Amino acid sequence: MRPPREPVFLERQTYRRRRLMDAARLLPLLGAVLFAFPLVWGEDGGSTAVRGLYVFGVWFFLILSAGLMARRLADSDAPPPPEGGDAPE
Amino acid sequence: MLSFNVLVAVCLAYVAFLFIVAFVAEKRAEGGRLGWLRSPWVYTLSLSIYCTAWTFYGAVGYAARSGLEFVTIYLGPTLVMVGWWALLRKLVRIGRTQRITSIADLISSRYGKSNLLGVMVTLLAVVGTTPYIALQLQSVTLSFAVFAQDSHVVTPESWAVTDLNATALWVAAGLALFTIVFGTRNLDVNERHHGVVTAIALEAIVKLVALLLVGAFVVWGVAGGAREIFAMTEASPIAAWDIDGGRWVSLTFLSAAAFLCLPRMFQVLVVENADERHLATASWAFPLYLFLMSLFVVPIAVVGLAVLPADANPDLFVLTVPLEFDRAGLAMLSFLGGFSSATSMVIVATIALSTMVSNHIVMPIWLSAGQGGATVSGDVRNVVLRARRISIAGLLLLGYLYFRLSGGGAALAAIGLISFVGLAQVLPALVGGIFWRGATRLGAAAGLGIGFAVWTYALLLPSFGESGAMSAAMLAEGPWGLGWLRPQALFGIDGMDPVTHALFWSMALNTLAFLAGSLASFPGPVERLQGADFVNIFRFGAGTRGWSAHMAEAEDLLIMAQRILGPAEAQALFQAQAAEQGKEGYLPDTTPEFLEKLERELSGSVGAATAHAMMGQITGGAAVSVEELMRVADETAQIMEYSSQLEAKSAELGRTARQLREANEKLTQLSIQKDAFLSQISHELRTPMTSIRSFSEILRDGEEIDAGARTRYAAIIHDEALRLTRLLDDLLDLSVLENGQVTLNERPASLHEVIDRAVSATQSRLGRLRIERQAADERVVLFTDTDRLAQVFINLIANAEKYCDAPRPVLRITVRQEPGAVSVDFVDNGSGIPRESQGVIFEKFSRLSDTRAAGGAGLGLAICREVMARLGGRIAYLPGQGGAAFRVTLPRARAEAA
Repeated sequence: MRPPREPVFLERQTYRRRRLMDAARLLPLLGAVLFAFPLVWGEDGGSTAVRGLYVFGVWFFLILSAGLMARRLADSDAPPPPEGGDAPE
Repeated sequence: MLSFNVLVAVCLAYVAFLFIVAFVAEKRAEGGRLGWLRSPWVYTLSLSIYCTAWTFYGAVGYAARSGLEFVTIYLGPTLVMVGWWALLRKLVRIGRTQRITSIADLISSRYGKSNLLGVMVTLLAVVGTTPYIALQLQSVTLSFAVFAQDSHVVTPESWAVTDLNATALWVAAGLALFTIVFGTRNLDVNERHHGVVTAIALEAIVKLVALLLVGAFVVWGVAGGAREIFAMTEASPIAAWDIDGGRWVSLTFLSAAAFLCLPRMFQVLVVENADERHLATASWAFPLYLFLMSLFVVPIAVVGLAVLPADANPDLFVLTVPLEFDRAGLAMLSFLGGFSSATSMVIVATIALSTMVSNHIVMPIWLSAGQGGATVSGDVRNVVLRARRISIAGLLLLGYLYFRLSGGGAALAAIGLISFVGLAQVLPALVGGIFWRGATRLGAAAGLGIGFAVWTYALLLPSFGESGAMSAAMLAEGPWGLGWLRPQALFGIDGMDPVTHALFWSMALNTLAFLAGSLASFPGPVERLQGADFVNIFRFGAGTRGWSAHMAEAEDLLIMAQRILGPAEAQALFQAQAAEQGKEGYLPDTTPEFLEKLERELSGSVGAATAHAMMGQITGGAAVSVEELMRVADETAQIMEYSSQLEAKSAELGRTARQLREANEKLTQLSIQKDAFLSQISHELRTPMTSIRSFSEILRDGEEIDAGARTRYAAIIHDEALRLTRLLDDLLDLSVLENGQVTLNERPASLHEVIDRAVSATQSRLGRLRIERQAADERVVLFTDTDRLAQVFINLIANAEKYCDAPRPVLRITVRQEPGAVSVDFVDNGSGIPRESQGVIFEKFSRLSDTRAAGGAGLGLAICREVMARLGGRIAYLPGQGGAAFRVTLPRARAEAA
């Protein structure tokens, strides 16, 4: 017997949600790359203060993006019953 | 001016306030009013124990020495939190469904509940955390010393630097007290500590506010604005960007790894998590917290470097800069911030470690030492709690000793990163375990072992300095002159920063050993099941399997569960499970589902490995059946298994079948009893009748009977008539009760008085039976028919007197208040009632032994049951108490109506 195949086409809303999850998974990678940037600027790529501003800027951008995504993900994700009960079995 | 006494007083007041907050939170949690205790904000703030005193004071010192590099310590956790959807969400879900109690428990549970791995991770954690605790003690004592030595402060003569050690000791003792009081109050099945979490959330706010205020003061108070501070930074000694790229990347990675693997972080992230949705909020709110914590670090460092003398310790700029400008209040707040950072870290770290030590080291030893065959009675919870308390005190003592022996100083300051590298060794086993089904116990053990060894050799031992564990020659030349084994230049790779070097080699070799070991070995059955459960946690939820059915007696399981979870919780669990199966009473069928559920419940208290071992002792060790293995092998079967409708239907059918089977059994027994009833009642009536008839005939016919004999015969006739009357009374009573024609004479009365009455009514025939009572618990006011209730109690006491077969019979009467009910347990120390008879003892004429000596007609318990039903309560046999035990339950509504 074969397991039921997942459908090839998804509803628009479900499709959007899947891509949102992908974006949530990719965000830390993006952050890691952006945080590594000051290293490749070389000797005259700016002082501690300038690069510091850049790092804090990226940092704030990550916080904002994570905040926006978290709200939409939390809405769409059906969480297990909080407390007391076991997870659905 | 800030006198030293004021400092101590404020500090003590702050500590007292924390105690009160923790206490109030515990009380609220106990009363079930969780409210804001469970908010995502408290969760987010509790994560802030990542920012210890090392980061509170040390970040500024770090920035003063190497510019922006300090920020990597915060970037790693930021990336992990922002990427919660990929990793943390899974970790938290696994932690919740599998009732994970610590990081050691997670690793042990994933790899087939292996205790070896649990012990390895525990040891690693203890070795890695002890210096860290020492570091916190050092930071608190140093900050005290700042106030003591500062010229602005009135210093008492008696205060000298040697008193630092005393300060450290007092701080350690205070922390031990707090942690023991709030961390080991009870053995919570979810291992959550509301008081502690609330207190550390409060401390999180204090340290954030303190740092922000100092920062704002420095930027706007000293420098004169954002533009000016920027110019000052450009002009400062740290203006040039001089950062080793390798170190930047590896420190970011290291802090991310440590964020996941530190026992205290695991405790707040996973174990104390009350709701998965909190993670969504924390995913951005916690990075924001870190962002704010580090926002002013560079400005403070820059200003400190500019205004303070060159020999000032940059690690204490957060304190000394405000003091330099005579801001005693600000310095005080900043001191409290540092104090909060140190204490909250130590509290959570010791709780997490003590859980690991008790579950993975003490319990296995205790179990195998034979004290503990799982079937013996006695409370295990005390053992666990005592083990935890002792280990908390022990860990703090260890931290204190380390602080004393290392002499404080710079060597200790470097220990933060060293500790991170040590604990990061868990990462391959952790991440591999939750994403790769092929990861095995052997691989995990090999990886952990090698990583631990490399870390010790290349980083920990050299960190003690040349006079410490390793000689200068060994550091320079390698052991026995083997150059490629030089601790800080393994395999000839020279010139790397020591932390980066050790991190690189330990992680590389660790991962390599983990992968190679996993690929080469073959996992055992439990391991494969756990692996599938962990990796596929979102696909099927936790599967229910692991134990073969019908190997265990429910009563043995109940006895064990009572010792770990406590009698009330265990009985409630068993009763609920029995009700779910459509059965009455306290003993559900021991289905595999139930065994699995019970094991998970137990592992929430004592850890997966111990719970598994205890279950194994009772079920005879046959953990996994052939079908269950086939299910793992065959994905298709798994999907079929979970086709939900079928499952629901078959569960429903199973439940109905079980009910039918029980009903049928009962009917058959009832019909046998009906026949028995008829013959019994004729027998019961006939025996006294016969003797009455024969003795009255003797009296009628015999003329030469003397007066003595006549009296004796008349007395016999009278006695037998009385017995007949009693029997008929009982029958009448029963039929009145059964038909519901009885009128109750309800009034408020004290339970204590009712029991008193019952005891004194049975006093004359008590004989050797000793009764134990807890008078204090019995002070409950009831609204009930006291005569009827007393009748029930009398019956139970009389039964114990008649049937208890212990050489020194004792009857224990315990009153317990439950939500919605008051229960009275009558437990004797005899051999109890055999399992197969427990179902019929409340039926009419069911006398278990045929000892007519007992004298009753077997109606007592049947009457009791009817009486209790009329009073709105019930009476049930309570198995697993070591003797015959009956529980009388009265509804609370009646108890409170008075």
